[in-house]
Amino acid sequence: MTRSFFARNPSALIFIACLAIFTLVVTLMSEAYGAGFISTSFVKTLGKTLCLCLVALAMDLIWGYAGILSLGHMAFFALGGYMIGMWLMYARTEEIVVTALAQGGLPATPEEIQQGIATQIFGVVGSSDLPLIWSFAHSLPRQLILALAVPGLLALVFGWLAFRSQVTGVYLSILTQAMTLALALYLFQNDSGLRGNNGLSGLQNLPGFGQTSQDLVSIWFFWASALALGVGYLTLNWIVSGKFGSVIRAIRDDEARVRFLGYPVEIYKLFLFTLTALIAALAGVLYYPQAGIINPAELAPIASIYLAVWVAIGGRGRLYGAVIGAAFVSLMSSMFTSGRLPDIPLGPISLNWVDWWLVILGLAFVAVTLFAPKGIGGLFDRFQHILTPDRKGAPLGPDDGSLQEQEAQK
Amino acid sequence: MTALLEVSGVSVTFDGFRAINNLSFSIGPAELRAIIGPNGAGKTTFMDIVTGKTRPDCGSVIFGERAISLLGMNEAKIAREGVGRKFQRPTVFEDQTVEANLILALKANRSPWRVLFWTPKAPDMARVQELATEVGLGDQLRRKSGELSHGQKQRLEIAMLLAQEPRLLLVDEPAAGMTPAEREQTTALLVSLAKTRAVVVVEHDMEFIRRLNCRVTVLHEGSVLAEGTLDHVTRDAQVIAVYLGRG
Repeated sequence: MTRSFFARNPSALIFIACLAIFTLVVTLMSEAYGAGFISTSFVKTLGKTLCLCLVALAMDLIWGYAGILSLGHMAFFALGGYMIGMWLMYARTEEIVVTALAQGGLPATPEEIQQGIATQIFGVVGSSDLPLIWSFAHSLPRQLILALAVPGLLALVFGWLAFRSQVTGVYLSILTQAMTLALALYLFQNDSGLRGNNGLSGLQNLPGFGQTSQDLVSIWFFWASALALGVGYLTLNWIVSGKFGSVIRAIRDDEARVRFLGYPVEIYKLFLFTLTALIAALAGVLYYPQAGIINPAELAPIASIYLAVWVAIGGRGRLYGAVIGAAFVSLMSSMFTSGRLPDIPLGPISLNWVDWWLVILGLAFVAVTLFAPKGIGGLFDRFQHILTPDRKGAPLGPDDGSLQEQEAQK
Repeated sequence: MTALLEVSGVSVTFDGFRAINNLSFSIGPAELRAIIGPNGAGKTTFMDIVTGKTRPDCGSVIFGERAISLLGMNEAKIAREGVGRKFQRPTVFEDQTVEANLILALKANRSPWRVLFWTPKAPDMARVQELATEVGLGDQLRRKSGELSHGQKQRLEIAMLLAQEPRLLLVDEPAAGMTPAEREQTTALLVSLAKTRAVVVVEHDMEFIRRLNCRVTVLHEGSVLAEGTLDHVTRDAQVIAVYLGRG
């Protein structure tokens, strides 16, 4: 009890050290602060990857630890992105409109500026009015609050309805898929007030930093993403290593028994669902300014399924596993789908990576599920010689849990 | 002596089958009671009703001095009120250590926020050690409970129940799958537990009940057929006809 947090969780210390070294190396090799070995667009890719790692952490908490397979968490991620995107787009357009109107000679009235912004943003969907949901878009603090409040409240209401009716297992997964699909379909409409399928664009331009080069902006966002990932990792590690972690793992393994111990299981699930939605939203807030564009396709059901695949391949039920899975698979994905890898001729057909990447990913997912259920993270157990007993042979005792014949001989 | 648990006029129907039929039952705050009855007599359904797993169609279930109704409460709330339940099959969290299992069960605030900021204090850890020692697992705290033998798991579960400090303990067939020596221990444990709280034991094994030496309630077709000492109920003509006569 007197030992420090890091002494009890050596993996957290290793993780933070790796993250710090990685951040330093990228900074020293970036175009802004270093030798320029890494292009600005690749710095952005790495920054975005760190944000995806943060969502994967949230997914691991709710799926790996608590056993709730939510297939809708990328909806919260994208909602966070939309909320910050609204401010970025509004403030940036405001700058442009004010400059343009100033050239007319007369000072522009607030109404004219407002009208100009609305026409600029919504001309593309044939409208010139600012929808009601853009009321706070002029203010960064308010929009930041919304970026957490909107996904948080949605998760709270959705989770309350689902968990109160004791929806579990595959039904919950389907329900969360339906949620993200419904949101995506709604946002695709032009009159949703978020520019329909055009989405929000130009998000990489920070208002007030018009003269600053993207080299600098990209590395700032990279640092912010690394910081968020580090803080997120430590927070989640603290959550899962205490009694709370014990309770949620118990809920995963035997929900009914936890109820008979007096724990309000539904409240715990709701708490976790909302907390992980907030983490996902935060990751989205950092991700989309680096991506530069957000559209309703980001809420497609497949996005959340990818999230589950990352965590499964990385190894669920361990935080660094989720980070490794998200980083590994999403970087591989951007490599194989970039179109820069040469095709491999195989006689009559040729292996095109862009087309075949999804098939490879699918096969990898099946292989991991069948042969290495602990994922890539399981390799670390090998190094530490933590071996799970290979349960073969007849049980020695009368119950499932007792030592099996072959284990006992060791 | 006022009753700790007062069940009156309770009925439950599953798909037209009357599992519990106008059942009334009461137990004092420090009493040991055995419930026997043939298969389908409603013993498990009775426990399900008290612990909130099954909602009865009618009747009332009153618990404690403040006479609160357990109907309409969920399982977790009833458990927090002080009703503990031990299932026939030992159910411990196999993926976690013996220590973690006991900490989970330890009487403390169960709300997520309080659990999140819970830190182990010296008295808690001493209590965990004491409970583990009491059931003979004092040197096994660091082991994963999945590695324990069947008997050890049973004892861990009993320690977890003790950690919950329930006022009413419902025990489902505690003697099933136990060696004679373990039965002896379990009998002694149940008798000593009943000195400070109410204990209801559901059991098939007559020999085991004889050793418990307590009042017996005989259930049949969802209602109480007879109640009294074991000798009294075994002499009852109706009981002989429906239960002992078959055995």
